[in-house]
Amino acid sequence: MKSHVWRPLYVVIVFVVALLVFRFFYVPNDFGSGKRGFMYSYHRISNEMEWKNQPAKYGVSGRERMHEYCSACHGTVVKVRTEKLHGIIPCEDCHGPAMNHPEKPEKLNIDRSRGLCLRCHTDLPYTTSERHRIPGINPKTHNTGVECVKCHNPHNPSLEGMK
Amino acid sequence: MMERREFLKKCILIVAGASVPISALTLIDPKKVLAANPDIQWAFLVDTNRCVGCGFCVKACKTENDIPLEANVSRTWVERYVYTKDDKRYVDSPKAALDGYTESRIDLGRGEFKEIDPKNVGKAFFVPKLCNHCSSPACTQVCPVGATYKTDDGVVLVDQTWCIGCGYCIMACPYAARFFHPVKHVVDKCTFCYHRLSKGLDSACVNACPFGARKMGNIHDPDDPITKIIMNERVGVLKDEFGTKPQAFYIGLAQEVR
Repeated sequence: MKSHVWRPLYVVIVFVVALLVFRFFYVPNDFGSGKRGFMYSYHRISNEMEWKNQPAKYGVSGRERMHEYCSACHGTVVKVRTEKLHGIIPCEDCHGPAMNHPEKPEKLNIDRSRGLCLRCHTDLPYTTSERHRIPGINPKTHNTGVECVKCHNPHNPSLEGMK
Repeated sequence: MMERREFLKKCILIVAGASVPISALTLIDPKKVLAANPDIQWAFLVDTNRCVGCGFCVKACKTENDIPLEANVSRTWVERYVYTKDDKRYVDSPKAALDGYTESRIDLGRGEFKEIDPKNVGKAFFVPKLCNHCSSPACTQVCPVGATYKTDDGVVLVDQTWCIGCGYCIMACPYAARFFHPVKHVVDKCTFCYHRLSKGLDSACVNACPFGARKMGNIHDPDDPITKIIMNERVGVLKDEFGTKPQAFYIGLAQEVR
């Protein structure tokens, strides 16, 4: 057969080889798939470690471990809180992320805003929701423009404990 | 003089003996193998009955994972469902409930709001949502470059250095759990706080929830309290009909919650 028939084939072969060479150098060596197989988990294995090594910001003040992280230093405040109604709220929800706070006790960015309290204490007419069990106010009529913490003690929110 | 039969027998014996490697003769201790590769399968449990729509989970998630607070994208969000007595249904999630629900009016989108007469409200509830970390994730299947994947412990992750931002996975996800990160310009999604799990911490949203509406556990551990709830109580999943086998289980689902 004449060479003009074969010539396009050479072009294709060169193209494919060039692609494979490029791919060989460009794709990282650790590409592979775990026990999930090729369809669902073909990936760069080292990326799993990259995600694992990301720094955490929040410590452990969550409901499950009940502020043990904070009580090591701030025992009395935490004790007051856990006995009162707001004891279920993790410290870091208002006081901000505190992962490195014990080592570098810089001032935390405490959220004292009205909006923070209104997240739970806005009165919504949802009688079937758990929200209804929380005392609520109408933010448009209840001391507008004043921060809630001016009158209410967030650590001891009972109305007798008003400032 | 050796007979041919004898010779062949001995040959087969020697070859068979030599082909057994030393490592095959060491006894395997199942406990050691399990400790090296722990059988972990992370699953999420949402108790919608306990959610009050405070949005602390969204705030904690965005802070922990560097998602811009004001951008209208989020790895997790809380939806509000309001059913009126004249049988109308409303769903909204303003700013992904980052600031909670501090108004009774429903956000209809495009700057329109609907105030519902409190006497007309039938039932109303809140539903937290996040990536379901499906067992057969449609999103990882469609990725053309191998940038998103399911780990062996059941978490769906995005390799953000390898992602080309084509958005196939955003389209493929039936739960709209993926979004385009406005700063990194690649796809971002809930990671179950993989960096926190590997440090033995709860994920940021589970940690932040005051009411215990969000929980997480190892579904392959029969003694795990969350696994016990999933196994023993009536839980549901979202959009079961898509066949993606979601691993986020919900207590108290309604027909409208999808």
